[in-house]
Amino acid sequence: MAVNRRLNVSEVGDVTVVHFVDRKILDEANIQELGQELFELVEQQGKQNLLLNFSTVEFLSSAALGKLITLDKKVKSHSGRLKFSNIRPEIYEVFKITKLNKLFDIQEDEAGAIAAFAL
Amino acid sequence: MCNESWACLIEERIPSQKGAGEALQSRLLEELEALHWVDPDIFGIRLAFEEAIVNAIKHGNGHDEQKWVRVVCKLSNERIRIEITDEGPGFELDGVPDPTGEEQLQVPNGRGIMLMRAFMCRVEYNEAGNRVVMEKQRGASSDD
Repeated sequence: MAVNRRLNVSEVGDVTVVHFVDRKILDEANIQELGQELFELVEQQGKQNLLLNFSTVEFLSSAALGKLITLDKKVKSHSGRLKFSNIRPEIYEVFKITKLNKLFDIQEDEAGAIAAFAL
Repeated sequence: MCNESWACLIEERIPSQKGAGEALQSRLLEELEALHWVDPDIFGIRLAFEEAIVNAIKHGNGHDEQKWVRVVCKLSNERIRIEITDEGPGFELDGVPDPTGEEQLQVPNGRGIMLMRAFMCRVEYNEAGNRVVMEKQRGASSDD
């Protein structure tokens, strides 16, 4: 079983909920490791309903956005679904500026996001 | 911009390694807070700085550890000026595609300059493309 250093992973029903260990996701080395752990959830552990809870994330760079885009592609290629929740206003602004709020399914909070998987 | 009075000057050169700009970024944030800058300005400056530094290290200097990135930051209570210079050959700014276009939206990279322009009032490259100057007025948006 994979050891997650950048992620705290839990299961709520058939939804895999991920919290980030790091408050700032910008260091490129950390982003590499983070990406690997996220990809493993999908590709090796077969998680199909993936919710990333950003409540602990205070800052992220465009490199992190790139990893999320790649993750989104991998989830879709495995017929899964990916949602984000609890994104702070400043960080949501980054998604808006880059128009990635149109690409990703961003929900306000974890409970709402989990419920949305049932739809 | 004449007779500018700066409260703080930071001048450093950093190696072209991943994460090399982190200590300098922390120092920049401390100085901004000491000059009573607050969010969302600090968030925007931090992001623009990060993107510009990564661009200089990764794209400008190609992670060549023989090459350095020179950083000059000038701060006051009302204004910040950041100048970042790499030792690479530069690039064509016009050749950078719009990352929000339909074809580019799912491309993992290419958003750094856009974010710099979104959060800073002025972002200018020299002709070669290996130096960027970014400025921000406290409280002003990039459209001001």
